[in-house]
Amino acid sequence: MTGSRWVWALACGMAAVPTLALAQKSAADGIAEYRALLADGNPADLFEAKGEGLWKQKRGPKNQSLERCDLGKGPGIVKGAFVELPRWFADTGRVQDLESRLLSCMSTLQGLDTDAIAKTAFGKGEQANMEALAAYVSAESKGLRMNLPQGHLEERRMFELGKRAFFFRGGPMDFSCASCHAEEGKRIRLQDLPNLTKNPGDGIGFAAWPAYRVSSGELWSMQRRLNDCYRQQRFPYPGYASDVTVALGVYMGVNAKGAESVAPAIKR
Amino acid sequence: MADPMRIRAQAAGDKTTVRVLMAHEMESGQRKDSAGKTIPAWHISEVSASLNGKVVMTAEWGPSVSKNPFLQFTIKGAKAGDKVAVNWTDNKGDKRTDEATVS
Repeated sequence: MTGSRWVWALACGMAAVPTLALAQKSAADGIAEYRALLADGNPADLFEAKGEGLWKQKRGPKNQSLERCDLGKGPGIVKGAFVELPRWFADTGRVQDLESRLLSCMSTLQGLDTDAIAKTAFGKGEQANMEALAAYVSAESKGLRMNLPQGHLEERRMFELGKRAFFFRGGPMDFSCASCHAEEGKRIRLQDLPNLTKNPGDGIGFAAWPAYRVSSGELWSMQRRLNDCYRQQRFPYPGYASDVTVALGVYMGVNAKGAESVAPAIKR
Repeated sequence: MADPMRIRAQAAGDKTTVRVLMAHEMESGQRKDSAGKTIPAWHISEVSASLNGKVVMTAEWGPSVSKNPFLQFTIKGAKAGDKVAVNWTDNKGDKRTDEATVS
């Protein structure tokens, strides 16, 4: 059966279940079942395959691959790098997340115009390649536990900045990240909202992105997820891989220490 | 050639389960873009699967199959080491064939 027919069959099956007080499945259970069915054949695999190709492909004016890129564990080491990002990098002198570090490598090693890439709309042109690379790098840490370093002063400073940004209320609706993500047991419509002020659990929150969103057929990196959070709060858009997004990544990632990464995941 | 498919084929006794993930936009031809123009239909129209060169499954798909289709089917009489090839053709004439070994 094709993918869409599986969904149709499940929907019909669920609709036919009689409403018994004891046997009724909660909305959360139903969604979890639907997700488990979708997880087999996660289209994120396609992005991962594309990303692996891009990592090894010679590109840009310097005609080099990314195979010497240092993601924090040494040049070319991809396995395990994702669960230690964002972290401080000596060569750039700043704390960087995955996308920010990919841009650094693409600029230094390949000579690509990363300012232009940062201004490109999500999903278009080089941004589509960024998604694929993020999917690949995160996949190489699948199953590993979040373990961001906080040994460097800058890493700790970014954590504090991230915490400030997380609780900062602004915009026309006076929202902050905390408005949705600082309490247990909250949801928007049928979407459970993880509490990001602590470890929300394996494969949840920071440990669940990048992810393929079935509803829009797109792979979203953490940068895109944060960008959309800002849009949902009606804040001005943050710059791609800007300091505030990296700081929020540090805050969420450090809070999620020990959570198992399931990236690239699948979302409704 | 279009983007590659991911094919996994696992043998369990006489039955082999084949799972295929195809990369394709699968435009139904019903959607309109932001300017109001209908986005033309662009979807896989034929799929065929073969075991060691012999066709074991064919399918005709229409506009109702969603983006990045996932296909799963079982074959009888395959064993570990056999080659399963999946081939698709879309309504614009683009094709893609990929192969996997039964594990």
